[in-house]
Amino acid sequence: METKLKPSFLDEVASIPACGKINECVQCGVCSGSCTTAAHWEHPPRKIIAMVRAGMKDEVLNSSSIWYCVSCYLCTARCPRDIKPANIMHALEAIALKENYRPPTKTTTMYRSFARSIEQNGRIYEFGFMLEYFLKTNPFAALKMLPMAFSLLTHKRMPLLPKAVKGRHQLNQMFHNITTGGSR
Amino acid sequence: MRYYAYYPGCSMEATGAPVEKAIKAIAKPLDIELMELEDWTCCGSSPFSGVDKVKAMAITARVLAQAEKTGLDLVTPCSSCYTILHEANELMKDDHKLAWQVHEALTSVGLNYNGTVKVRHIVEVIYNDVGVEALAAKVKRPMTGLKVACYHGCQQVRPEYGYDDREYPDWLARIAAALGAEPVNFPLKAKCCGSSLVISETDMALELIHKLLENAADNGAQAIVSTTCPLCHTALDAYQSAVNGKYKSHFNLPVLAVPQIIAVALGLDFKQAALDGNVISPRKLLSPYLNSKIAAQAPAQKAAAG
Repeated sequence: METKLKPSFLDEVASIPACGKINECVQCGVCSGSCTTAAHWEHPPRKIIAMVRAGMKDEVLNSSSIWYCVSCYLCTARCPRDIKPANIMHALEAIALKENYRPPTKTTTMYRSFARSIEQNGRIYEFGFMLEYFLKTNPFAALKMLPMAFSLLTHKRMPLLPKAVKGRHQLNQMFHNITTGGSR
Repeated sequence: MRYYAYYPGCSMEATGAPVEKAIKAIAKPLDIELMELEDWTCCGSSPFSGVDKVKAMAITARVLAQAEKTGLDLVTPCSSCYTILHEANELMKDDHKLAWQVHEALTSVGLNYNGTVKVRHIVEVIYNDVGVEALAAKVKRPMTGLKVACYHGCQQVRPEYGYDDREYPDWLARIAAALGAEPVNFPLKAKCCGSSLVISETDMALELIHKLLENAADNGAQAIVSTTCPLCHTALDAYQSAVNGKYKSHFNLPVLAVPQIIAVALGLDFKQAALDGNVISPRKLLSPYLNSKIAAQAPAQKAAAG
């Protein structure tokens, strides 16, 4: 009989770059206490880490909590165990996107539009990426942003056309190399 | 003259345009030459780490590989680029599997990175390489009496770079003081403006921006001197009217990116300092300075000569 060893959720997270120290968390809560946006998290950072270690994959990835991380790194600067909570949140986001979880947040769509903008242009094309995001989420919400967009436009801060650079071909080749496991 | 490899970052071509223009305007008077990387691509910023970490580090490494060819320190004005470029450097040192994957990806496009690039923030370059004393000596229009709240934001000082305090930094206030301005107490100076999520979580970001504006105004600031991060500058400047709409407040605080206020103090005009690109116009506030006669010799130089 063949037994397949499936890596646990914790192993999966710990294998992502910068997340290897998740096992050293002492649950002190400095991350949750420091978090700029903790009030919006159903499960604050300390609890998310505990849930990952308890193998609660679906509960973590179906929740919108991790998507409120603004990457301000206060948690990471203060963590006494150097476990880099901000990086762990982004690692969890990446797993959620890859495995098609659908947490109740629009940030998933925003991140996907952001990544697509890089693939298509080599650089972020701010106007195009925002347009794609609003068309995919709520085009009417874009109306609220119109005055701001207009003022940026009149101050020459919102070019309407993308500037696709040659380097984008290299980026896509590099992505292909990583997806296919390199030259091995 | 000091030479640096320069990576502006994507936002500098759009929302950050005035900050970028002001940086280019002060480079020469500060004796620094910023040599922009050719055909640079996005660093991936934080959102790409939320999509795929290995790919994110690979595209960051492309920037580092290009910079390594120049043999110069890599300077960026965007705090988000600064953090991720630093992170790629650090992670690839410790994580050999990641380093190998990135190496393979770079090799597939004929690039190579040996991990030797020193990544620096332009504010740190102004502070450490130009120096506040040398900066003060170049001042032609002292910004005397201008009360400013100096905003560092989050990623200029975090997670850990060893240049300044991670939670209560001081660079910008020292730079502003060297220009003659009066930095006010500003407890929230290294708190986040939320702009990485301003598109998808607008209300949450407006709440954070509101706190910053309120804290600056309560401490008597007439303007905010912001770091060069285009996201911070846009959040505080362009989103100010949205904050006023949501919180029924009446903020009208000009947000001067640090190269903009340096430009004015060095004697450049409104347009050269790219102040016409700011949504909250600083024209009225700065007119006494902009209209003042440029001293033939800066006071500090006089003292040195005397």
